[in-house]
Amino acid sequence: MAIIEAHGIRKSYGSLLALHDVDLTVGEGEILALIGPSGSGKSTLLRVLDLIEPADEGRLSVFGIEVASERGSWLDLRRRMGMLFQRPIVFNASVYDNVAMGLRYRRASGEEIDRRVKEALEAVGLSRYIKSRATDLSGGEQQRVALSRVLVTDPEILFLDEPTANLDPTSTATIEEIVMRLNREAGMTVLISTHDLAQGQRLAHRVGVMIEGTIAQTGASSDVFRAPKDRRIARFVGVQNIIPGRVVSRTEGLTTVEAGGRQILSATPPPADEVEIVIRGEDVSLHRREPMHEEAENLFPAMVTRIEPAAPFVNVTISCGCDLVALVTARRGDALGLREGMGVWISLQAKAVHLIPLTGH
Amino acid sequence: MHNQYNTITKMKTETLSTEPLPAGEEANVTRWNEYRGRYLDWCIVGFCIMGAAIVGITVLAIANITMTELADPAHLLKVAASSEVIGSILLTFGAGASAVLLLILFGTPLAYVLARARPSRLKGAVESIVDIPLILPHTVAGLLVYLLFMRRGWLGAPLSEIGLAFEDALPGTIVAMLFVASPFYVNSMREGFEKVPVHLENVARTLGAGTFTAFWTVTLPLSLRHMYSGAILAWGRAIGEFAGVIMIAYYPFIVSTLIYYSFTTDGIHTSRSIAFTVILVSFGVFYLLRRMTRYLGRYDDRV
Repeated sequence: MAIIEAHGIRKSYGSLLALHDVDLTVGEGEILALIGPSGSGKSTLLRVLDLIEPADEGRLSVFGIEVASERGSWLDLRRRMGMLFQRPIVFNASVYDNVAMGLRYRRASGEEIDRRVKEALEAVGLSRYIKSRATDLSGGEQQRVALSRVLVTDPEILFLDEPTANLDPTSTATIEEIVMRLNREAGMTVLISTHDLAQGQRLAHRVGVMIEGTIAQTGASSDVFRAPKDRRIARFVGVQNIIPGRVVSRTEGLTTVEAGGRQILSATPPPADEVEIVIRGEDVSLHRREPMHEEAENLFPAMVTRIEPAAPFVNVTISCGCDLVALVTARRGDALGLREGMGVWISLQAKAVHLIPLTGH
Repeated sequence: MHNQYNTITKMKTETLSTEPLPAGEEANVTRWNEYRGRYLDWCIVGFCIMGAAIVGITVLAIANITMTELADPAHLLKVAASSEVIGSILLTFGAGASAVLLLILFGTPLAYVLARARPSRLKGAVESIVDIPLILPHTVAGLLVYLLFMRRGWLGAPLSEIGLAFEDALPGTIVAMLFVASPFYVNSMREGFEKVPVHLENVARTLGAGTFTAFWTVTLPLSLRHMYSGAILAWGRAIGEFAGVIMIAYYPFIVSTLIYYSFTTDGIHTSRSIAFTVILVSFGVFYLLRRMTRYLGRYDDRV
C-alpha cells in the first residue's frame, strides 16, 4: 500500500526552481533513499512531503489523505511523521527536555513523557546523559539525541535528511543500525536523502536519483548503479566510461555497437541508433596475455596509457580504439605489473555494457 | 597601579624567557616589551582626540549641571521632593511603559512577519512605513498624531464617542509615545527574529508543534534579548519625547513639558533642578535595566 503518493510536485523560491515534475510513490514499510548531488532538491522534497512547506503545484497524498484539500489537518498528519536533519540540532536544555519536546507538544502526561523519554534514550544508548546539557555532547551524540527526540513520538514515516553527512563512521553506523532495526521490527517507512551512494545502497530497498530538481530514475539500487537511464545519472552514480557509439546489428540477444573502430557487444536492447556506452570501471578485467578460458563476450588487446592510484584501487586508462578506464585493486595492479605503454588484454561481459540513447550534452 | 603594570611586564618577560628562543631574539622580545608602554599609534591618538570632543560635550554638560546643583542642595531637594515633579516623572515613566507594552503586544507579531516574509514590494513598503516616525521631525509626528486622534479626527471621533478622549489626556500621551517609539522596537525585534534560523522552527514543527507553538517555544525565547533591548530603546525614546506629545497632550505634564513650562515661567533655577533630578532617576533606571540583560536570552542555542 502506498503511504506517500506525489504527482507533478513543483516548488520554487522566487526565481529559483527547486522542484519540478516530481512523481514518487512510497510503499508502507519501505526504505527509500533519495540520492543526488547537493542542490538537486532532496531536502526541499523531504520538507514538502513532511508538510513543513506547501508545494506550489502537484498532488500529494500522505496516509491516503489528499493534503491539498485538508490544510486544517496538516498538523495532525505531521504528528504522524518525524524528520531528522543534517546538522545535529539540539536546544540548549537537558537531553531529557530535548527528547521530551515532541511529547510535550502533543500534551502527553508527565508519567508517559518520563517513561517514553527513558525508553527512547535507552534505544540510542544515551541513558547516561539524560541529565546532561544537550549542547555539551559531541556531534555524533547530539545527532543521536535528535534521533531519539524524533523516535519518541513513534512516527509512522521517518524522514532523514542527510542524517550522517557530518558524522564519524561509528556514529553513522549506530544511526543506520537503529533506523534499519526500526524498519524491520516496527515496519516504519523511511525516506532518507543522502549524497553517499554507498549509504543509499546499504540501507534502501529502493533508490530514487534526484537530478536538478526532479526524480530522474527510481528502482532497485543495483538497477540504478548498473543501468542508469541517462548520462547525468550515470555520471552521478560514478560510471567512469561513457562512450558515444553507433548500433551496428542486433543478433541473439546481443547488440553490436561500434565505438572508435571497435565492435563491442552489449546485452542491452538498442535504445536508439546513436547511443552512449556505459561501462563501470570495475567491470573491465585486465589480463597480461590472451586468456584461454574467458566467458566474457568482449575480449580484445589494448594498451595501458595512464595509471592513477585511487587507494585501495588503481584507475587504469587503456586505449583500444577508444579510451576505457578500468578499476582494479592495487594488489591486482601489482600482480599484473602494470606500467604505462604496456600491452594488455581486456575482457568485458556483454551484460556489463549498458546502452543509453545519445543526448545533446 | 604602576607597580602592578611592572609586575605584569616582568611576568611576561619571565614567561617568554623560558621559551626556547635564540638569545638574540629573546633580547628583541624583551626590548619590545619595554617599548610597548611608550609606543603611540598617532592615528589612534588622533581618533581619540576627535572622539573626545563628542564625549567631552556630554561629560562637560553633566559636570556643569552637577556642580551648580550640588552648590545648592536644599533647593534641589525641595524641587525633587515636590509632588509635582515626582508625579510628573512617574507619569512619564508609566506612560512610556504603557506605550512599550502596547508595542510588545502588537509590534512583536509585526516584527515576526517582517522577519520571515520573503523580500517583496509589499514587505519593503511596510518596512518603510514602520520607519516613517524615525525620519519625521518630532513636531510633524506630533501633528500627525494630533490630527488623527483629536476630537474630530478619523480615529479620535469614534473613540471619543465611546469615552476615550485623547486631547490633553493620558491616552493622548501614550499614543504619541507609541507612534514615535514604534520603529525602535519593531526594528530591534525584527533583527532578533531574523537571527533565529528558520531551521530551528522547522525542527519544532517536525516534532509536532504548530506555527504558533513553534514561535512561542522556540523563536520567542531565543529573541528575548532583542525584545528586551528593543523595549528599553523604545522606552527611552518614549519618555524623552516632547514635541510629539505636547501637540495632543500638553496636560498632564510629562517631565519634558514640565521642564519647558518651568523654564518659561519660573526660570532657569527650578527647571535646572528638575532636569537634574530627571538625569539622576533616568541614569539609575537605565543602569538597572541594562544590568538585567545579562540574565536574559539563550544565545548559545543558535545553530
